[in-house]
Amino acid sequence: MSVKVETTSISKVSTNLETKKILLTTRIWKGSLLPVGILVLWQGFSMLGLADPALFPAPSSIVAELYRLLLSGELIDNLEISMARALGGFLLGGAAGLALGLFVGMHQRAEEYIDPTVQMLRTIPLLAITPLFILWFGFGELSKVLLIAMGAFFPLYVNSFLGVRNVDAKLFDVAKVLEFSQSKLIRKLLLPAAMPNILLGLRLSLSISWMVLVVAELMGADRGVGYLIQDARSFMRTEVVFIGILLFAAVGKISDSLVRLLEARLLKWQDSFKG
Amino acid sequence: MGDFLSIQEVGKTFVSNEGHTRVLEHVNLEMAKGEFISIIGPSGCGKSTLLKIVAGLDTDIEGRVLLEGQLVDRPSKTRGFIFQEHRLFPWLTVEENIAADLSLADAQVKQKVNELIRLVKLEGFQRSYPKELSGGMSQRVAIARSLLRNPKVLLLDEPFGALDAFTRTHMQDALLDIWRHNETTMLFVTHDIDEAVFLATRIVVLEPRPGRIKGVLHVDLPYPRDRLSPSFQELRQLVLRTLNNDYKEEECWSI
Repeated sequence: MSVKVETTSISKVSTNLETKKILLTTRIWKGSLLPVGILVLWQGFSMLGLADPALFPAPSSIVAELYRLLLSGELIDNLEISMARALGGFLLGGAAGLALGLFVGMHQRAEEYIDPTVQMLRTIPLLAITPLFILWFGFGELSKVLLIAMGAFFPLYVNSFLGVRNVDAKLFDVAKVLEFSQSKLIRKLLLPAAMPNILLGLRLSLSISWMVLVVAELMGADRGVGYLIQDARSFMRTEVVFIGILLFAAVGKISDSLVRLLEARLLKWQDSFKG
Repeated sequence: MGDFLSIQEVGKTFVSNEGHTRVLEHVNLEMAKGEFISIIGPSGCGKSTLLKIVAGLDTDIEGRVLLEGQLVDRPSKTRGFIFQEHRLFPWLTVEENIAADLSLADAQVKQKVNELIRLVKLEGFQRSYPKELSGGMSQRVAIARSLLRNPKVLLLDEPFGALDAFTRTHMQDALLDIWRHNETTMLFVTHDIDEAVFLATRIVVLEPRPGRIKGVLHVDLPYPRDRLSPSFQELRQLVLRTLNNDYKEEECWSI
């Protein structure tokens, strides 16, 4: 009897998976219709000579240039240094934001002393601080990484703080009755309960890291994707400008998808509305 | 009566901006090991407050509570607490919830968790998350979580109040099974007279404003109890009369 029940449930799961696959392919198809259409039109206009190649190079010539840059290794080199900067800054600022956000969230005294200052610093536009950072730390890697770190700090700080404050107070009673130690309280209650907010902060921090990276590299750099764009602009190599922009978009999207993948794994316990 | 659990002259006043509210006054109760006591009373009579005091969750009180001669001054695993809602950790599976701060990698813990899962009849749901469980199943997990700590007494605060009638009856049977199997002392707060008569060896009736013990009834019916038997109905009437006898008119209306 139980065997029978199991087999029916398994076949149900597999048909579910198949329908999900079909749904996914139609969704991809529907989603790509608009960008593919624009590309085709663009290529058509270029071939008819209706678009100025200095401003709107044909997609085919962008692809050709991309191929050339890939072969010469220029692209990979610049991407590598950009990613190192973004990742370094993100890790530095994000880790600090997470740690301080959790700490301030857990201690009301710390909130009273620290939070007002952080909230004040948060309102300062990063672009306004850039000159100061260049004065202090020069044009080298340090000022870039620190600028990115500063951008990545705030979203994780704010969201992990909020996450801790959103923990259900009733669960703290449970932890008291079960006599949780301080470390178990953090690991078994605070962190998992704050995880939805922390992951949101992570996504925001990552995307800000990319944005600040571009700012830092456009301000002055001799390597990196931002430099590539700036350099190409001054030599009117518009294809390369497009490639740089596409590269930023692609890497940003990939990193965002990675966090969402992490979200799906870590938050599978959530029982929330899925649309 | 033995002096296993002793509630002595307990009183409690809530202070708020609107003034003072006297919720408990001169509550005295001696409980023997292995007893099953139900505390019953209308809402607002302080029965949940009394249970929180015994748990050590509320220590700002008059009088004192002793468990095996030791003063209760903070929460402890020796006094398991079952809340009205299951209060499981939504990010942990059933077995992880039961283990809670203990590690399932520990073979001894794992074995006890498995035994408890069998006891509360949740085999096959070890790896389910709370969102996949019904209300009754979740409350059984909460009970197993308390039992893993080998509590000397289990404090239950209207644990089946939010369940439907069928599930509630089933859970009462399950709780009696656990009581007989583990010989855990039970202190059970409820506002359901049937539930109190069905479960308890003694029923403590509280009256409201301020919460005071109005009477203590011994229930000598053998287990399992038949809800339809005349003796059950008689006891039910007795509890009802104790609850109502010198009620003021308005309080009767408010129930």
